[in-house]
Amino acid sequence: MFETFKTKAEAAGNTTVQKVATKDEAITFIVDYLKQQEIKDTAGSWAVWAESPMLAGVDTKALEEKVPGLKIGVTPELAKGAKIGITQMDYGIAKTGTIAQDSTKADQRMASTLPWIHIAILATNRIVADLSAFMDRMHPSQSNYIALITGPSKTADIERVLAIGVHGPEHLVIVCVDELGGAN
Amino acid sequence: MKQELTQSIHKALKNQNLAGILDRWNYPATRAKAYEGIDFEELRSKIAEIKGGASEHLEELAAQFAKAAEARGAKVFRANSPEAVKDYITNLCKERGVKKIVKSKSMATEEIHLNKHLAKHGIQADETDLGEWIIQLAHQTPSHMVMPALHLTKEEVSDLFTKETGTRQSTDIQALVKVARRELREKYFAADMGISGANIAVAETGTLVICTNEGNARLVTTFPKIHVAVVGLEKLVPRYADIEPIITALPKSATSQIITSYVSMITGAAQNIDGSRKELHIVLMNNKRTDMAADPKFRQALQCIRCASCLNVCPVYRLVGGHVFGDIYTGGIGTILTAWFNEMKKSEEIQSLCIGCGKCKEVCPARIDIPELVFEIRRRMASKEGLPFIQKTALALINNRKVFHQMLRAASIAQKPFVKEGFIRHMPMFLSGLSEYRSLPPIAPEPFRDVFKKIKQPKSTTKAAFFSGCAIEFVFPRIGAAVVRVLNKAGIEVVFPEDQSCCGIPHWGSGAFDMAALAAAHNVKPLLAQDVQYVIVACASCATALKKEWPHLLKEAKMDDLVPLAEKIAAKTVMFSELVNKLIEEKKLTPKDGLKLRTFTYHDSCHAKRHCGISQQPREALQSAGYELKEMFECDTCCGMGGSYTVKRPEISMLMLKRKLKNIEDTGAEFVSAECPGCLIQIGGGLDKSGSKIKAKHIAELLEENLK
Repeated sequence: MFETFKTKAEAAGNTTVQKVATKDEAITFIVDYLKQQEIKDTAGSWAVWAESPMLAGVDTKALEEKVPGLKIGVTPELAKGAKIGITQMDYGIAKTGTIAQDSTKADQRMASTLPWIHIAILATNRIVADLSAFMDRMHPSQSNYIALITGPSKTADIERVLAIGVHGPEHLVIVCVDELGGAN
Repeated sequence: MKQELTQSIHKALKNQNLAGILDRWNYPATRAKAYEGIDFEELRSKIAEIKGGASEHLEELAAQFAKAAEARGAKVFRANSPEAVKDYITNLCKERGVKKIVKSKSMATEEIHLNKHLAKHGIQADETDLGEWIIQLAHQTPSHMVMPALHLTKEEVSDLFTKETGTRQSTDIQALVKVARRELREKYFAADMGISGANIAVAETGTLVICTNEGNARLVTTFPKIHVAVVGLEKLVPRYADIEPIITALPKSATSQIITSYVSMITGAAQNIDGSRKELHIVLMNNKRTDMAADPKFRQALQCIRCASCLNVCPVYRLVGGHVFGDIYTGGIGTILTAWFNEMKKSEEIQSLCIGCGKCKEVCPARIDIPELVFEIRRRMASKEGLPFIQKTALALINNRKVFHQMLRAASIAQKPFVKEGFIRHMPMFLSGLSEYRSLPPIAPEPFRDVFKKIKQPKSTTKAAFFSGCAIEFVFPRIGAAVVRVLNKAGIEVVFPEDQSCCGIPHWGSGAFDMAALAAAHNVKPLLAQDVQYVIVACASCATALKKEWPHLLKEAKMDDLVPLAEKIAAKTVMFSELVNKLIEEKKLTPKDGLKLRTFTYHDSCHAKRHCGISQQPREALQSAGYELKEMFECDTCCGMGGSYTVKRPEISMLMLKRKLKNIEDTGAEFVSAECPGCLIQIGGGLDKSGSKIKAKHIAELLEENLK
């Protein structure tokens, strides 16, 4: 399932799918990625990390100190000045390479829409086969705002030429974590 | 008004930007790729069932939706008219002190010209979908339902952005997109209200589904504290599970994508960016949709999921674009929606652009018979206002067999000064538009009925009645002779019922269904006068009449006693290629010895392929008879003849022909074949006029040469 998911997700363009074994490895990967993207504590170069179940038990203060410019928690101003937004997703859909989330809370939508790069964390065991399988697991009765994301923001509205990053992210980085927990 | 339409056609034909863009896209191929591994017929049956079922219960679904959405914190307003929608939103803006609005794409608000109305009340509504923003800056309407600014070049967009930003912008598309990102980003934060449409509204859960690629709908529904969704009643579906087939088909049909980048399912009031709850208003708009649902013919148009695939494949749309072929809603489906949602008058003009080729019907993911509905508009127009005098006189004349036949015999003599090598290359001045790109064939000196008498028939137990149709009878008797001789070679005795006359397709195509029924009525008895196994037709248009249209035309004209006879004929009718291919398989016809392999390309006439479902048989028959097939690009795209279309809209018809001729030339084949004399008049005339070496031949002519 993971392989299909990875292939389909990356086929959407400007998308990379990374797989790691543990939560610690995921955090290490993300920290390295933020450094590599030159995240720093000035508007325009921040990274915002929206409330995520995987941060439970993590010393977020220490994490922020490790990468100056990384902000745990989202405000509209921070999201507006963020180069990178990090959110944890609820499901992956293998057939279409889609990630999905209950985005009832606005911080999730801000962090995944405004920045140039969206890092999406996903438990590998939360990848389901197709849209129907996803809809069996997430119902509008549980969520005011179900968001499905596939690849970056794009348009072909001028002369049908593809352009990436029109209102949302230019890049999507999906980090699949094998031992993230959470039942499927 | 008619003059204006013709002028706008000429203007559009000069600007081929949109046509070029659609050609480079190669939609049919990319669409096919997106649908790989999916049973399209099954999928579209599912969608037609869901949406067709919903259209029968719009009232109940609307009530159920309202209840479910309100239980989740939304406010639902039922608006019957465009005015009610506009008043509701304007009042809401006044009550809440809204001055600025950001909008994501909504055809429903385009339909009612909402932005203009808001501007009158001093409220600024900015479109955020890139294409919509561009046409807003250009003060235009969408030329395409999915890609509204497709008709504009990057240079034109650059000029619009330069004017908007006050800074000279480049013509680099990537850079232009970033300008839009920068300019629009601020507007989301400043706006007091977001307005969106919806692709689907789910009654059982009160959910709105919004698909975008740019992500602007996510921003429109997240940042402003008030969200107003304007939703046409036809977006309602009963169940949450009904979303799946629709969002599976929509992106594939619309843009050849597997799925759109973003799909948002909004149910009630989600959280605002300051932690408060969203004020969500859902306006369920009727604007004649329930009237449409009550019309047994037009109800199916409510199944439309607005993918615009009917535009992408339409040979006329591809030439003239949506500002000519459409109003707010464009193309074939646009013509139908315009008739109901906007004004019938406007649609009455636009409908004349449909050539009836049926390409759209083939790809429609909601299984809507778009050409049938366009013809129905035509029929209602014709029965309400009557046909133009000249057209009506001409059609009545065709129905009077004796007069019509005498007139054509006279014409065959009168035309003599213009005929050269079997073609009329130049017409008298006032008709010159008709032979500008295409020579016309002359009326044959001897009609087929006279030719037939000279072909001695074998006595056989297998008998076939030949329905020649007007084109074979008067223009191409040689094709009729070839048909008869090939069948004779297989030992079939052919009879030619002398009382036959026009099949009625020209009347049907003009919306004069009653006159078409008279044509059918004239023919049924003569065709059944002798006991025959088959009724043979070598013209795809006549085949459509005999195989499909006669029974229900007669029924609608209340000539019920003739319906069983027409059904009997329909069951016996075969297209020539259909029967011959079978005879070859049965070894009743075999190729001559020592044949030199020659090459052909095959043009699928619209009536043969999409009305009668015949496309493989002629290819197989010709290949079995020793011809090598060289397929052309877009082999089943209309040649532009379309019966009288070529006379009514010669400028469009000729451009369609030019594309067809190029595709034929590119194959390098020796012959182009088709089983439709109309297509052969158009293509053969075009090849002659352009001095091509390729010859247009009816399949019967090619088979007669090679079969023994």
